[in-house]
Amino acid sequence: MKSLRVLFRRELALAWGGGGGPLLACGFFACLTAILPLAAGGDPAVLKPVASGVAWLALALASLLSLERLFERDLEDGALDLLATGPLPMEGVFVVKALSQWLATGLPLALTAPVAALALGQPVALLPLTALGALIGGLGFAFTGALGAALALGAKRGGLLIAVVVLPLFIPPVVFGSGALDRAASGLDPLPALALLGAYVLFACAIAPIAGAAAIRNAQG
Amino acid sequence: MIQTLIGSGLTIVRGERTLFRDLSFEVRSGEAVALTGANGSGKTSLLRAVSGFLTPAAGKVSFCDADANTIDPGLARGHQLHHLGHLDALKGARTAREELQFQSDWLGHSSLDAASGIPEAIETLGLRPLLDLEVRKLSAGQRRRLAMARLIGAPRALWLLDEPLSPLDSRWREAVGQIMKTHLDSGGLIMAAVHDPLPIPTRSLDLGLVR
Repeated sequence: MKSLRVLFRRELALAWGGGGGPLLACGFFACLTAILPLAAGGDPAVLKPVASGVAWLALALASLLSLERLFERDLEDGALDLLATGPLPMEGVFVVKALSQWLATGLPLALTAPVAALALGQPVALLPLTALGALIGGLGFAFTGALGAALALGAKRGGLLIAVVVLPLFIPPVVFGSGALDRAASGLDPLPALALLGAYVLFACAIAPIAGAAAIRNAQG
Repeated sequence: MIQTLIGSGLTIVRGERTLFRDLSFEVRSGEAVALTGANGSGKTSLLRAVSGFLTPAAGKVSFCDADANTIDPGLARGHQLHHLGHLDALKGARTAREELQFQSDWLGHSSLDAASGIPEAIETLGLRPLLDLEVRKLSAGQRRRLAMARLIGAPRALWLLDEPLSPLDSRWREAVGQIMKTHLDSGGLIMAAVHDPLPIPTRSLDLGLVR
């Protein structure tokens, strides 16, 4: 338990400190949602129906930003070897890194999402659901994203590769997350969609560490 | 604790190239082995194979304790060996103190009193004036000393060192020699890839020329 705590504290400090990661993601998110009205016209009647969908799309893209450095940095400076000789198995290291990615990027984005959705004309009553969905979905983005980052380790232009590997994996949370908002907007119970979102995220949390740790070991050899 | 490190019939292949074939060696408690050989002869790869980062094409590495029982390689890697490669795993934006604390806490999990090694490491490697500096502001030799502090901060039996002395000046080479001697006297094992001889008595294991 002590080693978990020690690693978690460091990874969180690195994720928060590393070049303004969280602020950058939030800024990117805000820019994306600000561009849409400029591109599609400022008519609220046009924007309102797509507000939740756009918010989820922007969330998925903003979650990609800091993934490239998640493991690559540690491979380049030898820290991956240090982590591999520690008391936690690589799967544990993966979980800690994905969780700190979630806290450092997913959490700030989940707080930005309602603001952006509101600016696009989403009803105020849906804001808590937007934040909750973004928070759960962000956990899934962090784990599947970390898996993509592990698979792209050592590849040239890894950032692009990560986007191509990871974006298809981001589709289910986007579908379920914006689906929950759609249901709530039309007066239905959003819980079934949220439950599906939760199920996907749990699945990702269970599978990604095993696959990711294997990819990391492979990159180390 | 690791008492003996045995490599038997090791063959390591990197890409299309066979670095060496059928290499066997044994390192016992209290003994230092200097790995020598030309650039590209496989010194680093051998160290990585011992750490378990790299799977040899043939042969195996085993660790034995005092009763000649085999230690599980995963356990040995996670608790009983240090791998200090030429990359020092230090993060530029963090202070030397934070990095030293993390490395010792992370690797020293299995020792009874991990914290006690840190002041000793600071003292022996002259790190006190560097502690509050960011790592990116340190020179190559200072970084190496900081990286080596984990050897003392988190006591482990087997040290695998890749060119440990190269960025150090003569004064610190001697000090590191002293640290190695202390480690060997307390029953430790050292395997180091070197070009210049270590300042301690060593047995040499030569990987020869590039094939």
